[in-house]
Amino acid sequence: MTQSIVVQVGQCGNQVGCRFWDLALREHAHVNKEGVYDEALGSFFRNVDSRSSGAGTCDIGGRIHRLKARAVLVDMEEGVVNQIVQGPLRDVFDTTQLLTDVSGSGNNWAVGHMTYGSAYGEQIVEKVRRAAEHCDCLQCFFLIHSMGGGTGSGLGTRVLGLLKDEFPGVCRIVTSVYPSEEDDVVTSPYNSVLAMRELTEHADCVLPVENQSLVDILTKIRLMSGPRIKTDSSLASGGPGGRTEKPFDSMNNIIANLLLNITSSARFEGCLNMDLNEISMNLVPFPRLHYLVPSLTPLYSLADCHIPPRRLDQMFSDAFSKDHQLMRTDPRRSLYLACALMGRGNLQLSDLRRNIHRLCSVPPVGHAHSLLALSNNTCVKGSFVALRGRYTRLYRKKEDGMEVGLFSQAAESLSSLIEEYDGLDRTSSSSSPSLDAPRLKMAA
Amino acid sequence: MSIVTVQLGQCGNQVGQELFDVICEDGQKEVYQGGSGTERFFHHNTTGELTARAVLIDMEPKVINHSMSKAAKSGKWRYGETSHFSQKQGSGNNWANGYCVHGPRHREAMEDVVRREVERCDRLAGVVTMMSVAGGTGSGVGTYVTQCLREAYPHSFILNHLTWPYSTGEVIVQNYNSVLTLSHLYGLSDAVLVHENDAVHAVCARLLNIKHISFGDVNGVIAHQLAGILQPALTPDSYGVYSRNPLGELVSSLVCHPEYKLLSVCSIPQVASSSMAYSVFSWPGLLKHLRQMLISNARMEEGIDWQVRAPPVQCGGAESARSFRATGFNRSLANLLILRGKEVFSAEADGLQEAALYTSWLPSREAFSVWKSPVSFNKYERSATLVSNSQTLLEPLDNMVRKAWNMFASRAYIHQYTKFGISEEDFLDSFTSLEQVISSYTQLG
Repeated sequence: MTQSIVVQVGQCGNQVGCRFWDLALREHAHVNKEGVYDEALGSFFRNVDSRSSGAGTCDIGGRIHRLKARAVLVDMEEGVVNQIVQGPLRDVFDTTQLLTDVSGSGNNWAVGHMTYGSAYGEQIVEKVRRAAEHCDCLQCFFLIHSMGGGTGSGLGTRVLGLLKDEFPGVCRIVTSVYPSEEDDVVTSPYNSVLAMRELTEHADCVLPVENQSLVDILTKIRLMSGPRIKTDSSLASGGPGGRTEKPFDSMNNIIANLLLNITSSARFEGCLNMDLNEISMNLVPFPRLHYLVPSLTPLYSLADCHIPPRRLDQMFSDAFSKDHQLMRTDPRRSLYLACALMGRGNLQLSDLRRNIHRLCSVPPVGHAHSLLALSNNTCVKGSFVALRGRYTRLYRKKEDGMEVGLFSQAAESLSSLIEEYDGLDRTSSSSSPSLDAPRLKMAA
Repeated sequence: MSIVTVQLGQCGNQVGQELFDVICEDGQKEVYQGGSGTERFFHHNTTGELTARAVLIDMEPKVINHSMSKAAKSGKWRYGETSHFSQKQGSGNNWANGYCVHGPRHREAMEDVVRREVERCDRLAGVVTMMSVAGGTGSGVGTYVTQCLREAYPHSFILNHLTWPYSTGEVIVQNYNSVLTLSHLYGLSDAVLVHENDAVHAVCARLLNIKHISFGDVNGVIAHQLAGILQPALTPDSYGVYSRNPLGELVSSLVCHPEYKLLSVCSIPQVASSSMAYSVFSWPGLLKHLRQMLISNARMEEGIDWQVRAPPVQCGGAESARSFRATGFNRSLANLLILRGKEVFSAEADGLQEAALYTSWLPSREAFSVWKSPVSFNKYERSATLVSNSQTLLEPLDNMVRKAWNMFASRAYIHQYTKFGISEEDFLDSFTSLEQVISSYTQLG
């Protein structure tokens, strides 16, 4: 069984990460009734027996003593991390897993990437290495951060580069939260474009999530379910302090569920097992085009489990509809490069096969009753073009002084990425898709 | 003589376990005189338990553990305690990762496990490897292991059993992995026996009437057909004694030319156990269906096109290739018919020996062989299995190569393979050799 390490950077990263750990614990508590430390738990948690000498890690199959998350928490402010270590999840993290500063990055990518990156880079790598040493077979890093701010965007992408240098064989899956169009941070287009270049070059897969689409989804859920939203179900969890729900919590829940579903097949058994390294193998045909648009169904039951489960086949249609994408795009109007369906729960092979034929050759990996679709689709281009538009508008005004070279390089990188997507779109519209490439001919 | 089975990857380990289950079940109810099926596939361990002559290899432990515990739970047979090799991290659907990284890294350990199993045999009849071609471990490591086996046992027969993926929707890179596997195995293996998931799935759905088809059902059908071939039978040269060299006889009767070694299988009858009580089968009926299935390229006894006729014998090479497209006629190079059950010696299989069914350059007497066994097989009173070296697999093979070639034309996913040391030239070599195979089978005249 392989293990993964979660690296959460910045305010958003830590809040999402915190929801993820909460949900993961609930899920395992639901499945694992006997309190035995099994392999499924081992993929994200360490079992530490504090009574034995030192920080001795217990073997698979023993009783659960104290679970420690395989995570590294990084923030350049203290607020969020302090809240976590004082909240109900405090036992899951060690102080050695945390790294904070006091002053924050002031929504400046350069401060996070350059200043803090140089100051804390080594310490962060050291903490990750310690977490890696506790792993039997480290397979994957999950980096969670936002694109708009200073710490998550700047320091987060710096950490990504460091992970690539230090652990070249380990897969890097990045969950990036993109700012909405009307973001309260003025510099967010700068920060996002500068961070994009790092993501394009150093990540294996990026799961982009747009703030705005999360807001849209939540609005829809409220309309659907009326006033009686129940948040204390087993899937949605309360705020970090167990207090009343905060505005970002339900949005973070959606992202946390996304992570939970991706990792589920690595944690539990299924008839068609999926390995995490199969995600990038199957979904990334061209190395730079590794932005996978996620969509989750059923979304409504995330907030309220009492809405009757939707029909099985409906779930498959939903996964491809515009309303269920975590980016504000419509994949059905663009070109699919690759797509994976990951099902969980009581789902048979034949259900998948029937729906694949219905949806026409969209390859799935997986098995059940919630469905996660990851699509490598040229529709992400739209969001990137919009981002570039906001960036150039701001850049023309040249508000703050910074190395101009870096800015133009980042803009170039983004433009060439958009160009690559454009090229693929053109091939799909110009030549009919049924046309085969001329084959090799054999002499008789 | 004994056969050592090497199960590779998720698919290989699941199908293998089903196969031993069928063989064990079938061997228990009646002993084949002189050539016990259990001796061929099992040995007795120190505590007297029936132990499969099998090696389980996978790059992740989950499936192996599952298969081993399932076998142990059956109470009839088990896998050897030390006859498995697994690692922690899979090959991630990447053939190159399996073939270039995992294979060489664990070569010694894997060879050791196989050698231990081989040394347990009094006489080795050959090795059967079981794997899929779509994933990374079965296909990549499987190819590498076959290569090692070829070196270590140059004079033994190697039969590769391959499971071909569904034509849509398993793994995106499945066609790349299939092309690489097939092209490499073609130079190493004595015969490549193929089961297509699509065809087997259709059998489950339409003949066995299974509503919710799982991998277990699919694997069960594959195991049934395989056991139908591998269980003991009387061959024309064995003079009333059960053949001791099944792999050798299989290869010598079916693979007469190194350019043609793709074998397909079909079985008859296959019915749901609930309708067994209402079914009566006679040898002439079964064989008439089987013959039409063969020439019309039908994979099961439902939906056979009875309009297809064998063309007149004097057709020339190029002309008959054209007529194959026109009439849907499936030309064979060689066929092996295995009959099991009641009154088997009265069965007349002349229909399958007609010269019109075969190429002009091989007399049909040589191209067609029959094995018989009066012991009824599995749950069927009478059953027939046809292994054929024919144009049946031409179409799926052609589709596979076409899809992979289309992807290769835009160089999609190639970086995932070059990362582990498979270059574009390697791909081109593989495409070339498979195009050669396609062209050979197309021109079968």
